[in-house]
Amino acid sequence: MTDHPSPADAPPAEVDDDVLAQIALSREEYDLACETLGRPPSDVELGMIGALWSEHCGYKHSRPLFHHFPTEDERILTNLGEENAGAIDIGGGWVAVMKIESHNHPSAIEPYEGAATGVGGIVRDIFAMGAQPIALLDSLRFGPLEERRNRRLCIGVVAGIGGYGNCLGIPTVGGELVVGESYSGNPLVNAMCLGIAPRGALISATAGPPGTQLMIVGADTGRDGLHGATFASVELDESSAERRPAVQVGNPFLEKSLMDACVGLVRDHRDWLEGLQDCGAAGITSSTVEMAERAGAGIRIQTRQVPRRESGMTPYEVMLSESQERMIAAVKPGHVGDVQDWFEHWDLHAEVIGEVTDDGIARVLDGDLEVAAAPVLVMTTPPAYEPYAERDADATSRAGWDPSSLVDLEPSAANDALLRLLASPNIASKRWIYRQYDHMVGTNTVVTPGSDAAVLRIRGLKQGLAVCTDGPGRAVELDPYSGTARAVAEAARNVACAGARPVAVTDCLNFANPERPPIYYQLRESIRGMADACRAFTTPVVSGNASLYNESEDGPVTPTPVVGMLGIISDVRQAVRMAFRDEGDEIWMLGGTLSQRASTLGGSEYVSVLHGMSAGPIEVDLPAESALVETLVAGAEAGILKSAHDCSDGGLAVALTESAVAGEVGVAVEIGEVERLDAALFGESGARAVVSVGPAQVMRLSEIASRCGVHATRIGVVAGDRFRVGSIDMPLSEAAAVWNSALPALLDD
Amino acid sequence: MRFAVLVFPGTWSDWDCVYALEDLNQTAERVWHRESSLDDYDGVILPGGFSYGDHLRCGAIARFSPVMSALDRFAATGKPIFGSCNGFQILCEAGLLPGVLLRNASLQFRCQPQELTIERVDTGFTNTCEPGQVVHLPISHGEGQFFAPAAVLDELEDAGRVLFRYSGENPNGSLREIAGIMNPMGNVLGMMPHPERASDALLGGTDGNVIWRSIIEQWG
Repeated sequence: MTDHPSPADAPPAEVDDDVLAQIALSREEYDLACETLGRPPSDVELGMIGALWSEHCGYKHSRPLFHHFPTEDERILTNLGEENAGAIDIGGGWVAVMKIESHNHPSAIEPYEGAATGVGGIVRDIFAMGAQPIALLDSLRFGPLEERRNRRLCIGVVAGIGGYGNCLGIPTVGGELVVGESYSGNPLVNAMCLGIAPRGALISATAGPPGTQLMIVGADTGRDGLHGATFASVELDESSAERRPAVQVGNPFLEKSLMDACVGLVRDHRDWLEGLQDCGAAGITSSTVEMAERAGAGIRIQTRQVPRRESGMTPYEVMLSESQERMIAAVKPGHVGDVQDWFEHWDLHAEVIGEVTDDGIARVLDGDLEVAAAPVLVMTTPPAYEPYAERDADATSRAGWDPSSLVDLEPSAANDALLRLLASPNIASKRWIYRQYDHMVGTNTVVTPGSDAAVLRIRGLKQGLAVCTDGPGRAVELDPYSGTARAVAEAARNVACAGARPVAVTDCLNFANPERPPIYYQLRESIRGMADACRAFTTPVVSGNASLYNESEDGPVTPTPVVGMLGIISDVRQAVRMAFRDEGDEIWMLGGTLSQRASTLGGSEYVSVLHGMSAGPIEVDLPAESALVETLVAGAEAGILKSAHDCSDGGLAVALTESAVAGEVGVAVEIGEVERLDAALFGESGARAVVSVGPAQVMRLSEIASRCGVHATRIGVVAGDRFRVGSIDMPLSEAAAVWNSALPALLDD
Repeated sequence: MRFAVLVFPGTWSDWDCVYALEDLNQTAERVWHRESSLDDYDGVILPGGFSYGDHLRCGAIARFSPVMSALDRFAATGKPIFGSCNGFQILCEAGLLPGVLLRNASLQFRCQPQELTIERVDTGFTNTCEPGQVVHLPISHGEGQFFAPAAVLDELEDAGRVLFRYSGENPNGSLREIAGIMNPMGNVLGMMPHPERASDALLGGTDGNVIWRSIIEQWG
């Protein structure tokens, strides 16, 4: 224990529970802080420690599990958690930078601004590294849309994502929407951003050597978002609406200027800078203290120098404000004027608010008064917890349910079953959402939303990038390990369907309160499952975010790890889409067989929609998934795939419908003798995809599949205007109408 | 030709327009809104985006930028000015084109491929088109509902200054399905759709090139 001298304003001898509750610090954690400091912290120190030790900033419950993740290979240029986002060498002298992050709690209270500022935050993480953001994706979860409050949240969130992203000129190219009971009142809003930069041009979020000037640029600081990091780290309850001041208000126009200025500054004048960092959760506190930690240095912040939009703000408020659209630049002493002039071009004001010191102490001054002086390392070393874990009894029993106890689907009921699945918001067309997002700006979106993955070109580069997000919560609830492995497999399959080799993962772990044994069990097993699957696909985890305490009065959310996957296409001109193209093309199923066991219905959309249950075993076969990925990539590289689409939610029948509707052309597929009709049509065994090829390319497809050890079956042809799959037979227009109109019918007033 | 692509704070289709023109072997330079002269250019593009965040009204602040006086003088010379999306909104706010763009009738942003009919092929902006040609150009806007008093609409129609109309479903509620209009002199075109997003086969279409090629044909 070391004694650290108190700052000038004497600390309170005692701190009451209300104060600790406000910053979500437990009494034990407070005592730990006192012990490490050798004295009670001052008010400002306590606020700073509370924010930095919050689950949101400090990853108290998730950090001890991160060692499971594979994080390295020769492409990966960053260490997990050390920078604002993960960087991947994509060849040709370029790097990709990516990260996904949650903005769940703010969106629950104020959907438009909550979602909008979620986009703003993730975009800043990317350009803080000097990369140009080129694409956004959003992964959304809401309660049933038949309920008014969930509809309001969905409509507001979508408008907020569009309102912010559209104004920035970054295309929103993909994402997901899943609806489930548990998300009522606690929606999940995860935003992912992908950026690119020339290799060697990235900048670190470090403070640099002593004497470096810390400048704030962008928005003035107000009281908005006070305690936002804390708010994100507790459960929602009936008083949460009173936390509305903890939700920030976004200004995308300011962010656009800030982005252009920062990307240009790093590109043209990297030599003026030591580092660059965005002000996210916990504002100036976390940005400057974390920069100091990376530099092994101390900092001195003069709060009087921080430009404010409100009068009468205390140093505490200045240090903890989460006003949006602010960046911290660590500037070499001789270039302060240059940096100010640079930002002036965009009508942005940069102000020196402090400097880097050599004593390892984070000091905060209010004029001459020192209001905080605590070691950087104390602030950045929150306790870590590995609580007791125990599998939830209810989920265990539901996972043990045997789907063969279901009466098989009657052939005469197959049409109706398909239509009911197509009307499920989890399967229906997401066009209602993505047509509110500019998904083309930047003129790089080669494959637009609606296919398995979006594909982006990089001007002047042969390679292209494929991106998608996946997070099958229902499967994770039933079996956290296998369900999460399945999420990775599905994401890998999705980019492979576009013709891309999966290369890296960013993840957003959305879970409930980890202090409860069943939740911690979910978290731990989910991370293990993700880690093992990422090893199987050689896709290291390069960045991510943990959002815990996702609970409302109605209970915990379904555990929802969301996987953001990046893939590289060796020649972007050969990107593959989901849509069937030409009549006469042959339809082949890659991986698996037409006949499927009852167990493949476990956790399926079919069992959920038709039988109202979330139950059954969750299976995943990673070697088979890897072999399928190899086949899809090889098929695309050979230029023989006219379409590719994986079988996931709703199984083979839904995959075929989506390819047919997208291509506006019918199909004729024979199912033949199968063990069970429901499993053959709607079973969700992984490691399967539906592709179409011209008749002349069939031999080559078979060769490729056999070389990769994947079973390939010719199942039918692209033809006519009817949708005929086994006992399903209807005009394609009927399936299309249901699939297209489901979301508008729920969401248009 | 040498094009100036005007960049206001918040503009985002500037590079897209530069690339589309460069791909047709033209010179295109981004010109910051504080510039006061456009004398060195043969044509001016006002690209899409959210100039000044659409604060007050779309284009309402951009019209006071220093470059706008230069644009007025440029228009008087008869050289071509093309505005798309926010560029169209700015041209209307600046009085170089009549009418105004209101919020979409759906009250939602719309980004989608859009079918358009070309009304005339004897103008500087459409001379490489076929009569009655239908083109597909993406739209991407929240405020693209063209509105003008009936007398102004009649005048536009009578003078043959409506160059593009939405066909199929009207995506934003524009009066008389108007998607793009021209000034009386025939050298200023404003339209909501984005031809620069349909100028590359890799992205699924090259219909936008008919506009660039027409401009080059007429003024190049």
